[in-house]
Amino acid sequence: MAHLTEGAEGSRSIPALLARNAREFGDSPAYREKEFGIWQTWSWAETEEEIEAFALGLLTLGVAEGDSVAVIGRNRPTLYWAMVAAQMCGAIPVPLYQDANAEEMAYVLDHCGARFAVVADQEQVDKVIEVQDRLSRFEQMIYVDPRGLRKYDHSKLHLFSSVQGEGRAARDRLLPELERRRGGLGYDDTCVMLYTSGTTGKPKGVVLSNRNIIESGKASSEFDNLRRDDEVLAYLPMAWVGDFIFSIGQAYWTGFCVNCPESAETLLTDLREIAPTYYFAPPRVFETQLTQIMIRMEDASPLKRRMFHYFMDHARRVGPRILDGKPVGTWDRVKYRLGEVLVYGPLKNAMGFSRIRVGYTAGEAIGPEIFDFFRALGINLKQLYGQTEATVFITIQPDGEVRSDTVGVPAPGVELRIGDNGEVYYRSPGTFVEYYKNPESTAETKDPEGWVATGDAGFIEESSGHLRIIDRAKDVGKMADGGMFAPKYVENKLKFYPNILEVVVFGASREKCCAFINIDLSAVGNWAERHNIAYSSYQELAGHPQVLDMIQRHVEETNESIARDEMLSGCQVHRFLVLHKELDADDGELTRTRKVRRKVIGEKFEDLVNALYDGSDSVYTETEVTYEDGRKGKIKATLEIRDARVFPVAQPQVAAE
Amino acid sequence: MKDTEGYVTADGRQIGGVLMELRNITLKFGGVTAINDISFDIREGEIRAIIGPNGAGKSSMLNVISGFYTPTEGSVWYKGEQRPKMKPYEVARMGVARTFQNIALFEGMTVLDNVMTGRLTHMNAGILSQAIWWGSARDEEMENREKVERVIDFLEIQNIRKTPVGRLPYGLKKRVELARALAAEPSILLLDEPMAGMNVEEKEDMSRFILDVNDEFGTTICLIEHDMGVVMDLSDRVVVMDYGRKIGDGSPDEVRSNQDVIDAYLGVPH
Repeated sequence: MAHLTEGAEGSRSIPALLARNAREFGDSPAYREKEFGIWQTWSWAETEEEIEAFALGLLTLGVAEGDSVAVIGRNRPTLYWAMVAAQMCGAIPVPLYQDANAEEMAYVLDHCGARFAVVADQEQVDKVIEVQDRLSRFEQMIYVDPRGLRKYDHSKLHLFSSVQGEGRAARDRLLPELERRRGGLGYDDTCVMLYTSGTTGKPKGVVLSNRNIIESGKASSEFDNLRRDDEVLAYLPMAWVGDFIFSIGQAYWTGFCVNCPESAETLLTDLREIAPTYYFAPPRVFETQLTQIMIRMEDASPLKRRMFHYFMDHARRVGPRILDGKPVGTWDRVKYRLGEVLVYGPLKNAMGFSRIRVGYTAGEAIGPEIFDFFRALGINLKQLYGQTEATVFITIQPDGEVRSDTVGVPAPGVELRIGDNGEVYYRSPGTFVEYYKNPESTAETKDPEGWVATGDAGFIEESSGHLRIIDRAKDVGKMADGGMFAPKYVENKLKFYPNILEVVVFGASREKCCAFINIDLSAVGNWAERHNIAYSSYQELAGHPQVLDMIQRHVEETNESIARDEMLSGCQVHRFLVLHKELDADDGELTRTRKVRRKVIGEKFEDLVNALYDGSDSVYTETEVTYEDGRKGKIKATLEIRDARVFPVAQPQVAAE
Repeated sequence: MKDTEGYVTADGRQIGGVLMELRNITLKFGGVTAINDISFDIREGEIRAIIGPNGAGKSSMLNVISGFYTPTEGSVWYKGEQRPKMKPYEVARMGVARTFQNIALFEGMTVLDNVMTGRLTHMNAGILSQAIWWGSARDEEMENREKVERVIDFLEIQNIRKTPVGRLPYGLKKRVELARALAAEPSILLLDEPMAGMNVEEKEDMSRFILDVNDEFGTTICLIEHDMGVVMDLSDRVVVMDYGRKIGDGSPDEVRSNQDVIDAYLGVPH
């Protein structure tokens, strides 16, 4: 990595990489999208033409250098093109979470000073129209899907394809201007602005430069030997840094093909049809998939079920070793081969994982059982640790050194340091430029030497050099007796049970730990059906005594396993309740990336927390909920509180003096 | 003929001339008079509702329009011509498609196949070429499949494309039925209680689709529905029936303030 200022191989921006790809392998597929039941493909050369046409169209609408262009919608080639087209014009793309409500959008749109928005459909158009009067700089909107929009006032509203048409018509006139702007893109100019989901406070706009994106894309692509014939499925929110790196950074650097599903509901079918070779999913997706498989196996015929369990037991024992290239006996290998034919192969095919060479998970800790399940099947699933401010990569697991309890070694070019309080710091070429219009936060997070605080507590394992993350630095606390309190650790253990969707553990500065539990409706619903338990609503199912019995068993098993951990044995869950509603991002209880907002929940359900600690058997509560259309309502419930058995702490062996 | 000028709706849509006219329709089953001398028209591009209490003769009326029943007296005029006595499939060929009150889909077939049956009236290839998937049959199927895929996309049922209909919940089956009717690219779409038995959310979705169909394809829609809120919100003009007679006809507001209609729904001592 010699002359970074010149940009990797002279390509200093995403549009420059696009030009290179179109020139060097213009016929290779760049984008695919399933439409009307058929996968439509665009080659790199076609992609360049489409993007250029849209960029010219943006010029006809008056996009100026430095403007912010908001992009809102699900993963579609057109919206990726819109981002690159904006860059071509010297503007800055700002992707937003498509499921954010109008209020949340208003904040980001106003903060980034967007003059233009490129949105997917009527739903998004409506949201932006609802708040546009409050946006200081907002001017025009472009939509992709015209359905239902015919009668809208089109003075400030344009159809994506007609903007492209305008661009093509004005090509001769505007091309020199576009060339000038494209040529003027520097390595340290802003590439994209991504708003962090914000577990606390308002979202912050993370400014990432072309250098950040291209260096990170390059280093990580080389780390895993990504190739031009790789296939990825783009289905994670476009506003999330991971999607930007995978579907733009790495895709444009390496030249692989980005596949967009037909709709969110068809995702699993599309995944199966594409069978990506490089795949990323947050732990939740793997969890859901495992839950689904387990549910379906319960419903399968006895023969299939026995075969599945027999071979899965074998795979759990030898699969990961085979994957890591460690010595495995001949008989075990033969048996694994047989399992591959009878169970693993069909199973991987059903999940769309037949061709995976490299799979990653990150964002949350993954349950070791879930992780091992997929590795046992021969899927090269690895973990990485990163954040928006680092352009994703901080640490990453190399092939052959994969474990569920670490997050790997520093990614290429990343320096790592552990602070005195256990907080992890890093410095890398991917380190973000700044938080947009927020110098205080920038200064708090990034010191003058470029070290960035992650907010996570962890340590580097001496034997392997791998980083281990314990919890959010601010969540790791002390219990009243001085013992260590790491809620995430306990929550993750409980969340491994398919019946449990979400857990919130309380216990900081308290005598003992207590927990809120959310049941997983699909798993518990299926279980109820098989056990002839009738229920009419989520609330009723969640409060059913047999469901509580089952959850109680899960809690007690977890306590037993926690009791074995010397450091964290104090974190056993003494009392718990099953919540009457699912924790929801619309109610502010989760972030848009579905992380628990501990503080919000603690305040909102204060009555329930108090009941957990005052020893009462049940508690009556009223909760405000927000429906999808923004209306609010109340649900009332009386929740039963259960005591769970706790286990004696394994006495640490005190060395004789 | 009556005027062909049409009118403009409250939300600014231009409604065209008369597409179908029912003149003095009477339908008798033995001694029972299901429909008694009813006349009304359906104009191009409008959403026309037929409402009335149970047993008022609404479904019979729809069956007359779709050609399932031949009226005892009176005549049906379609696109300016009197319609001769026809079989239902002949009526379908002329551009009248319908859905049924109690879903009539092929339960064992996939959603896609069910919707494809809606294209049958547009297919001409012989059995032999269809069986060997050759020549015109092949081109025809590809062309029809494309049309079907557009409908599937429009009604957002891509995720259940390959699912057997028997496995679907009720609300979705209703939507598949609508898809099949739409696949026929009808001039008039007859909906027999499209929202019966649905929950609020499903009703909202279905209302949205009905409006979208009318807006996007300009399809004329004639629907029977019990849910008053839905009828009043959706339709441009409403015919009210009671005991086989027409007791009201006009815009939702006119109908709502019509004393006969109020009596029919609230009941009066006879």
